[in-house]
Amino acid sequence: MNTLALTKNTMTLPISQDASAASAKDQPLDIQTIVEELKQASQPVGNPFLDDPKFYTRDVDVFYNQVKQAIFGVDLDIGKNEVIAMIGPSGCGKSTFLRCLNRMNDTIDGCKVRGQLLLDGEDVYAKEQDPVLLRARVGMVFQKPNPFPKSIYDNVAYGPRIHGLTANRSELDDIVEESLKKAGLFNEVKDRLQAPGTGLSGGQQQRLCIARAIAVSPEVILMDEPTSALDPIATATIEELIDELRQSFTICIVTHSMQQAARISQRTAYFHLGYLVEVNETNKVFTNPQHRLTENYITGRFG
Amino acid sequence: MSNKTELVRASLAKRYAREKRFRFYGLASIVLSLTFLVILLTTIFMQGWPAFTQTYMQLEVNLSAEALGVESTASQEKLRAANYDAVVMNALNARFPGVTERKQKMALKKLVSSSAAYDLQKQVMDNPQLIGTQPTIWVMTDDDIDTYFKGKIDRTQAEADRRIKDFQLAWLDDLAAKGEIERRFNVPFFTSGDSREPEQAGILSALMGSFYTMLVTMTLAFPIGVAAAIYLEEFAPKNNPFVDFIEVNINNLAAVPSIVFGLLGLAVFIQFFGMPRSTPLVGGLVLTLITLPTIIIASRAALKSVPPSIRQAAYGMGASRVQTVFHHTLPLAMPGILTGTIIGMAHALGETAPLLMIGMVAFIVDIPHGITDPAAILPVQIYLWSDSPERAFTEKTSAAIIVLLFFLVMMNLLAVLLRKRFERRW
Repeated sequence: MNTLALTKNTMTLPISQDASAASAKDQPLDIQTIVEELKQASQPVGNPFLDDPKFYTRDVDVFYNQVKQAIFGVDLDIGKNEVIAMIGPSGCGKSTFLRCLNRMNDTIDGCKVRGQLLLDGEDVYAKEQDPVLLRARVGMVFQKPNPFPKSIYDNVAYGPRIHGLTANRSELDDIVEESLKKAGLFNEVKDRLQAPGTGLSGGQQQRLCIARAIAVSPEVILMDEPTSALDPIATATIEELIDELRQSFTICIVTHSMQQAARISQRTAYFHLGYLVEVNETNKVFTNPQHRLTENYITGRFG
Repeated sequence: MSNKTELVRASLAKRYAREKRFRFYGLASIVLSLTFLVILLTTIFMQGWPAFTQTYMQLEVNLSAEALGVESTASQEKLRAANYDAVVMNALNARFPGVTERKQKMALKKLVSSSAAYDLQKQVMDNPQLIGTQPTIWVMTDDDIDTYFKGKIDRTQAEADRRIKDFQLAWLDDLAAKGEIERRFNVPFFTSGDSREPEQAGILSALMGSFYTMLVTMTLAFPIGVAAAIYLEEFAPKNNPFVDFIEVNINNLAAVPSIVFGLLGLAVFIQFFGMPRSTPLVGGLVLTLITLPTIIIASRAALKSVPPSIRQAAYGMGASRVQTVFHHTLPLAMPGILTGTIIGMAHALGETAPLLMIGMVAFIVDIPHGITDPAAILPVQIYLWSDSPERAFTEKTSAAIIVLLFFLVMMNLLAVLLRKRFERRW
């Protein structure tokens, strides 16, 4: 898989002999050199570490079926109340890394995670750590809007119900209303809370999924390409929403759109081939990338 | 370029011809199978329809205290013991006076069903006021007479080849001419058990037997099958050789001939566990074994078809595995599971061979009242009747098949309705 993706990438790269593009950053990028170079680097370039982070990850390796390694030694801190965007070409491990953060990888057979992942100093992968509790603290929004085939109300009320967060119906009503308001959906659906959530438009469905995620008041929300299935207007609505949600939550977002990353995030992490290549403040990454892979990616040379 | 156009055009005719041919094959096979279905159903209905009616004969009986030998104030015991046979015989003699020959007297008695005397007894016991009156009652005719009035006996045949002789025909013509013969809806067919006398044979005992057997099968096979499917699909480790082994064996079990399950039931449930023979309990257990693989396979397919995004969403919300299954996956898979289950049950309802092995082929007159009473079941009843020599059992056989088909159609209808009811889009 990786090899294939790379061969393609190398093919789209400018041939180094071209006199016009003969700067130091445009050396031929053959697979061996890249991997060697990434292996040598002990930590990503830029600014991966923070004081008092929400998530603290060191040397995270992820394997699928014991043979295929998807992520190699990722070191990254994720700050409180920040939006961190994870970008990179397909198959670079950004989604896999995201799914490590709330142990969604547990549901995939043959997936092994190694290394240190701490949420507020607590080991996420510790034996006594309960994934159910973890996921109540670290919510998730998926690429394709996936509301439950239930009513809008029941979709949002599901989390508080299973976690037993409310004592009575009126409290639950309040949570549902508040979550839908936070997700900017309440005005559109307030008259039809009992209508099926699957009957909404794609953008509304995705906001419903966000409302569902924030109904349990998580500390972190993971978003895996939340707008890739939506049109530009719905995307804009969700981007605004993310900016507002930043006040109360830490948000990790995986995206294929560099413009989106630039618009909504404070920090950006660039992944390549399962390695975390560069992490920095978003404006630094996009205006002055430190690593030539990052530069190649953001200037559209590949990916 | 034009050469290519030519080539494509030349191949077009061939392609269209092929498509046309294929459509024709498809249509032809549908027409053919429909024809067979129509032939089958018409034959069964034509043969079975008459069984839903029964010929009755009018009889004026003398219920005087002398004739019966009891007073109207007598106890139920005494009323029961009275000689009703004689009353019926006397009534027949009175209707056809002058029959003296022994052979003809026998034939006269055989005009009415042997149940006539029992019917009379029941009427008198229910209403002792009848004693001392001369009521006109309708009694069931014998199966031969019934068959004749249903037009199944050809009176132009040589007398020696006929079940009904010339002198009997004369009686019957006389009865028919005076309006003393009537075709009525055959209530006893639905209210009585099996009998050696075709006109008295009913399907209620077989129906109840099938009902109890299905009850046992349903209560065992549905929860066990669905639970097994859920475990294998949602909880069992993937790529585990032991789990694979179990899966392969479940698929194999679905293909094992059902009579093998019957032998197993005989050896295990009856011989080893000492359960009673010919009972819906054992029948239901055996049918459970037969339907389990069907239900497991159908349920697993239904669970598998639930989009993974729903599971992801539930896990992402922090639902545990069990919550994910019971809140989301199972409700979404329910239409498929129910369809599979009902088809499995319909299959079990029509199953005969394994039940022969556990003794459900016995001749059972009594209507079972529980899962441990000896019982026959519908398909076995059909088998038994089709094996009987009396002409009248032919129509009973087809009538029982109609009843069985009716229940199968109802079950399939239920499957369709349930699927419609539970179907949700995502």
